[in-house]
Amino acid sequence: MKVRAQIGMVLNLDKCIGCHTCSVTCKNVWTSRDGVEYAWFNNVETKPGLGYPTDWENQKRWNGGWVRNRNGKIQPKQGAKWRILANIFANPNLPEIDDYYEPFDFDYDHLKSAPEMPTFPTARPRSKISGERMEKIEHGPNWEEILGGEFETRSKDYNFDGVQKDIYGEYENTFMMYLPRLCEHCLNPACVASCPSGAIYKRDEDGIVLIDQEACRGWRMCVSGCPYKKIYYNWESGKSEKCTFCYPRIESGMPTVCSETCVGRIRYLGVMLYDADKIEKAAAVPGEKELYDAQLDVFLDPNDPEVQAAARRDGVPQDWIDSAKNSPVWKMAMEWKIAFPLHPEYRTLPMVWYVPPLSPIQNAAAAGKIGVDGDLPDVKSLRIPVRYLANMLTAGDEAPIVAALQRMLAMRGYMRAKTIDGVVDLGIAKRVGLEPAQIDEMYKIMALADYEDRFVVPTTHRELTEDAYDLRSGCGFTDTNQCSTGTSGGKLFGSRKFVVPTGGAR
Amino acid sequence: MNQFFFGTYPYIALTVLLIGSIARYERDPYTWKSSSSQLLRRKQLMWGSILFHVGVLVVFFGHLFGLLIPIQVYEFFGIEAQAKQLLAATAGGIFGTMAIIGALILAHRRLMDPRVRANSSFADTGILLLLIAQLALGLISVPYSLSELSSGGVIKFMAWANGIFTFDPNAASHIQDVALIFKLHIVLGLTIFILFPFTRLVHMISAPVRYIWRPGYQIVRTRRKKA
Repeated sequence: MKVRAQIGMVLNLDKCIGCHTCSVTCKNVWTSRDGVEYAWFNNVETKPGLGYPTDWENQKRWNGGWVRNRNGKIQPKQGAKWRILANIFANPNLPEIDDYYEPFDFDYDHLKSAPEMPTFPTARPRSKISGERMEKIEHGPNWEEILGGEFETRSKDYNFDGVQKDIYGEYENTFMMYLPRLCEHCLNPACVASCPSGAIYKRDEDGIVLIDQEACRGWRMCVSGCPYKKIYYNWESGKSEKCTFCYPRIESGMPTVCSETCVGRIRYLGVMLYDADKIEKAAAVPGEKELYDAQLDVFLDPNDPEVQAAARRDGVPQDWIDSAKNSPVWKMAMEWKIAFPLHPEYRTLPMVWYVPPLSPIQNAAAAGKIGVDGDLPDVKSLRIPVRYLANMLTAGDEAPIVAALQRMLAMRGYMRAKTIDGVVDLGIAKRVGLEPAQIDEMYKIMALADYEDRFVVPTTHRELTEDAYDLRSGCGFTDTNQCSTGTSGGKLFGSRKFVVPTGGAR
Repeated sequence: MNQFFFGTYPYIALTVLLIGSIARYERDPYTWKSSSSQLLRRKQLMWGSILFHVGVLVVFFGHLFGLLIPIQVYEFFGIEAQAKQLLAATAGGIFGTMAIIGALILAHRRLMDPRVRANSSFADTGILLLLIAQLALGLISVPYSLSELSSGGVIKFMAWANGIFTFDPNAASHIQDVALIFKLHIVLGLTIFILFPFTRLVHMISAPVRYIWRPGYQIVRTRRKKA
């Protein structure tokens, strides 16, 4: 057993209102620079839809993630190492920027500088790549917002697999949900495996996956390797970039920007202890539907004294172990089993998990028949097909999704009885296999969702990794030119220094 | 003149190549990259890039081995200069043609595609055009090379290159009387060496062949101090 700790995330889709505050705050902090205008480390998609970049879930097309070979080992779906190297001159699996969208801005200046004209001046779009006029904006990062576009197109959504989808094109039967997406900070990341330079790595102390910007050579294999398409090639700097999980904030015990600013309070951060020795085996189990359970098996119970001892032995700090005991991620994923990994069939063992959304009862006529005294409605009558959610979260296995939705309905029924009728309905709790105390805690964490309950993030122990004496008179974040500001070095090698944007485009 | 271009210039070129590359790698690793523009435009890149890279790699290593392996090694294996020259001219002709076709496709893409053109630096376009010129000079020299198989021209170039690397002050005299086309090819080649550290060409030094034998797939970095 090799115990490691990771800060995981859970998103409670039941409460996501699709406001994009997470995306916008993330963009303002991380990608408001040239070359990554098109990149959204966090984006929110309306499902069903093809998403961003278009059709990203379809690995028959993009060849992201892992495949299991006949010999029981896994390798990146885009090919073994020699195959990846053979593609280095031209990567057949790389999306073109139009698969995301062509970034654009508007000629705002024209509004005030236009000469006197018979017509009112307008601000027309202009490409941020070529600088040329765009007659028409063809695509955007949220092109299918609130079911925008035709059902015909959106019905190609990969999660419709095995669903009789035609009826969901009818107005009366339509359904939708939001899916906020960011880097999954996988336990078995396909991007790390695909990087020929070895520039991408997972951090030992908190599991965050980062790209070493100075070691990245722009071979762009990570972009095609990641099945979630959450690595973006910066076409200006020629380096790949990705969600950093706001590591400077996480290190100081603060939630990521997307979590902090989430107005629906749907995001949770907490420590998960896991056994690093089990990863390879878990990612290589034969059946795709076994992957969810295999990943659960990788996690270690922080309340188990043996695990605690092993964690201390492997250098996990005590306050991280204590945090793991209070981790909302552990509670939702492991205790209540209401959170699930996104597309476990990619075999990446992702660490950003999702609570599936409840939805209105499909048949309005049936609504009257629903019992109010604890008689749970059948989750199969929910408007969002269970199979659709299962395709997204459990590789098509409906049973865990049904159980999770029942527990969430039970929580509502139980709390309604308790707060309105003043009755503690043990029957409901028992039917979904939960103790009343557990439901009370579920209610506290999921419905009330206080800041302290959502974000249980221990600070990084810098004292374990660096000697403060060596750091005296240091200059904080720098490029490799020691304490230079990065502006005096000239442009001998055609360099554009990484400059923190300070308002106003360059 | 001959002494400067073929006796002194090679040392200037190699020094700039070496020191410049080290300085850039040390001082500015963020700029060390392949500068791929595939994301912006896939069209033309698939054919152009593959043809160019495969062709130019074979030609490059052909030159490297052809020029630098000491003449004595060939003598030891009993390979005649004539046979070697025939092989070099044939392989160089085939792969050089591949490379120049690829480079022309890439140049067309770089100059004509609005997205790629807008994001090309002077160095990006310039080095591509210089490489095309160099490939053209190399290809023009092939018929010369084939027409004078018997005169053992290849020996002269090997003697020169060997001389440069063994600090022989008379190295330049070995190619005193070769055709002008060869001389132009050499001078332009050395010039490309000089420009190398200041262009995207540096990415070839980072060719990630080590990936093949990198153990396993995953990389975990720890900042914890070793006890």
